[in-house]
Amino acid sequence: MIEVENLTKQFGSKCAVDNLTFTVKKGEVLGFLGPNGAGKSTTMRMITGFLPPTSGDARVCGLSISDDPKAAKTKVGYLPESAPLYHDMTVIGFLKFCASIRGLKGAANKTAVERAIETCFLGSVARQSIDTLSKGYRHRTCLAQALLHDPEVLILDEPTDGLDPNQKHEVRQLIKRLGKDKAILFSTHILEEVEAACTRAVIVDCGRIVADGTPAELLAQSGSGSLTDLFRRLTTAEVKLKSES
Amino acid sequence: MTSLTIYKRELTSYFAQPTAYAIIVIFLALSMGLAFSFGNFMRVGDASLEWTFFFWHPWIFMLLAPAVGMKLWADEQRTGTIELLGTFPLSTWSAIIGKFLAAASVWLVALLLTFPIVITVNYLGDPDNGAILAGYLGSFLVCCTFLAITMLVSACTRDQVVCLIVSVAICVTMVLCGYDDFTRELAKAVSPAAVEAVVSFGVWDHFRSLNRGLLRLQDLVWFGSFVFVCLLGTSAILSAKRA
Repeated sequence: MIEVENLTKQFGSKCAVDNLTFTVKKGEVLGFLGPNGAGKSTTMRMITGFLPPTSGDARVCGLSISDDPKAAKTKVGYLPESAPLYHDMTVIGFLKFCASIRGLKGAANKTAVERAIETCFLGSVARQSIDTLSKGYRHRTCLAQALLHDPEVLILDEPTDGLDPNQKHEVRQLIKRLGKDKAILFSTHILEEVEAACTRAVIVDCGRIVADGTPAELLAQSGSGSLTDLFRRLTTAEVKLKSES
Repeated sequence: MTSLTIYKRELTSYFAQPTAYAIIVIFLALSMGLAFSFGNFMRVGDASLEWTFFFWHPWIFMLLAPAVGMKLWADEQRTGTIELLGTFPLSTWSAIIGKFLAAASVWLVALLLTFPIVITVNYLGDPDNGAILAGYLGSFLVCCTFLAITMLVSACTRDQVVCLIVSVAICVTMVLCGYDDFTRELAKAVSPAAVEAVVSFGVWDHFRSLNRGLLRLQDLVWFGSFVFVCLLGTSAILSAKRA
C-alpha cells in the first residue's frame, strides 16, 4: 500500500533523507522512530506529495506520487506535525470543507463528517470555533480531517504529540483499530507507543534506516529488552561517528 | 469542483472577520468623499462620472487593494495550512483561482455598493449609462490587476505586513507610471521611447479608455495578461519554495 523506493531529499548541501526504502502493507501499522531532525517528517511530506523528492519515488496503492499526484493523494489521509487548521472556522465547518475538497457532496459529506466527529470524540466541540479549542481538540480535529474519506493509507506525523495520557491512549487504540484494514505509517519518539500500537517499527537516523523489525524483534535486538537502549545505541552511535571524522 | 470549494471558504473567511467590512467602508467613504470634495461633483455638473468619480479609483485601489490580498498565501504559509492544501487532491492552480476570485468578489461587492452615485447622476442629469458600466469594468479590472500582484507577493512571504508594503509600492509605481504629470516630468529626463516603455506599465491608458466608454480589445488583453502572468508566477513561486 505504501512503497518507498530509494527516496532522497536534499536541501542544498544537507541530505535530509538518504536513499530510504521500505514498504507498509495493508493491515500493517509501521512506527517511524528517530531523533529530531532524522528526516521522519520530510519523508512523510514526500510520501503525501507536499515536497517533491530529489530522487527516488513513493507509491501509494500502486499510484506514484511523482507521476500521478492527484490520484495518489485521494488514497491518503495525512495528519501534519503542526496539526494546521483554519482558525476562523468551526470544527464542523472545517470538516465539511475538507470533505468537499475530497469530493464528498450532500448526504455523503454529512455522513462522513458525522462519522469522523464520532470517531475522534469531537461531539462536544463540533460547533465551536477552532481558535477556542484546546491543543488536544485541535489535534483531534486535524486527525478527523484525515479520516473523512476513509482512506486506505494513513500517514500521521506525531499523532499523540501534546496530548494528555487519556487522549494518548484513545489515539493509540484508534490507530490499532484502524490499522486492521488500512496501511498506517505514524511517527513518534515515544517508544512505548511502538509496543502499544505498532505491528512493525523502523528507526531512522540522519535520513537512513538503522533498524527494522517487529517490536519483539527490536526488543530482542536490543539485548537488554529495552527499546530505549536500542534507540540510544543505534542513534548516538551515528553522532559519535560524525564527531570522530 | 475544488476551485469553488476554496472560493467559498475564502469568501466566508473574508466576511467572518472585520477586514472586508473595514476595507469596504473605507473605500466607500473615500470614493464618495473624494468625488464630492476634490472631484467637485456638484460644481462641475458632469454626469459622466469620468473625472469626478472614477478618476480617484486607481489612487484608492493602489493603497487598499493589497490590504484584501495580503493574507491570501502569507497566512497559509504562516499557520501551516499550506501543508494541508499541498496534500489535498487538488492542483495548486485551482487553489490560486479560487483565492483570487474570492478577493475579487470582495472588491466587486465594494464597487457595487457605490450604486447610490449612479442613481444620483441619473436623477440629476442624463448620463451615458453604457459608459458608466464600462467605467465600472475598468475600475474592477484595475483592482483585479492589483490583487493579482498582491497575490504574487504574498506567495513570497509569510509576513502580511511585508506583503502589504511591497505590493503597495508596486501598485503605486503602476499608477504613477502612466499619469500625465509624472510622464511630463519623465519626458524631460529620458528619451521618448523610454517614456513609452514606462507608460505601458501604467494603468492609466487602459483605464481611461474604458472610462470613456471605449471597449477596446487591447485594454482587456492588457489587464487579462497581467493578471494571468501574476497568477502563473504565484504558481511557480509556490512550487519553487518546496523543491
